[in-house]
Amino acid sequence: MRINVTSVIVDDQEKALRFYADVLGFKEKTNVPVGEHRWLTVVSPEDTDGVELLLEPDAHPAARPFKEALVADGIPYTSFAVDDVHAEFERLRALGVRFTQEPAEMGPVTTAVFDDTCGNLIQIATPPTQ
Amino acid sequence: MGDVFKALADPTRRTILDELTDRNGQTLFEICGRLANKHGLASSRQAISQHLEILEDAGLVEARREGRYKFHFINTTPLEPIVERWLKPGKD
Repeated sequence: MRINVTSVIVDDQEKALRFYADVLGFKEKTNVPVGEHRWLTVVSPEDTDGVELLLEPDAHPAARPFKEALVADGIPYTSFAVDDVHAEFERLRALGVRFTQEPAEMGPVTTAVFDDTCGNLIQIATPPTQ
Repeated sequence: MGDVFKALADPTRRTILDELTDRNGQTLFEICGRLANKHGLASSRQAISQHLEILEDAGLVEARREGRYKFHFINTTPLEPIVERWLKPGKD
């Protein structure tokens, strides 16, 4: 068994694709209709055969209250690895991305948290091994 | 208004104020992350939330909503009477 897909729950798949591809820089991998929504995934350009991120609709009634509660407390839904949190923070901020946590040293890891415009906060972190 | 001295009489709450001095305006998530990773404190998120409530009651922390987010700010105004009472030389 292996992990090949992980997901973020988004309020609008088209808007999510624009943010995750055009702003964050991920590549669209799969985009096929499934029922009223789409199976829509993106991958890192550094690892196009790696784990796919599913941009999953938040149609379930429990999804939005859950997301809003996380956002209010500043809690990220998931975390992505970057080589340099400070550089990525500057790049994304210049593109108009809203950060709820600017880069901070958290013990061995540097992290920052931004709004994905689709109802989630996302953490970026520099792994301690780098 | 809660008691300022009681609010300060706890090392975790003093550490929260230290971290808000390092950077003012933090989410609950950032405060919890700093306490856990920088100070090795194993308090639950709920416990930190309660510490923040005590600091808010004493007026030492203000929580402000900005859109969908909530940020915490230090407010040192309740500490000024301490300076006035004991630290200012030449006063009656």
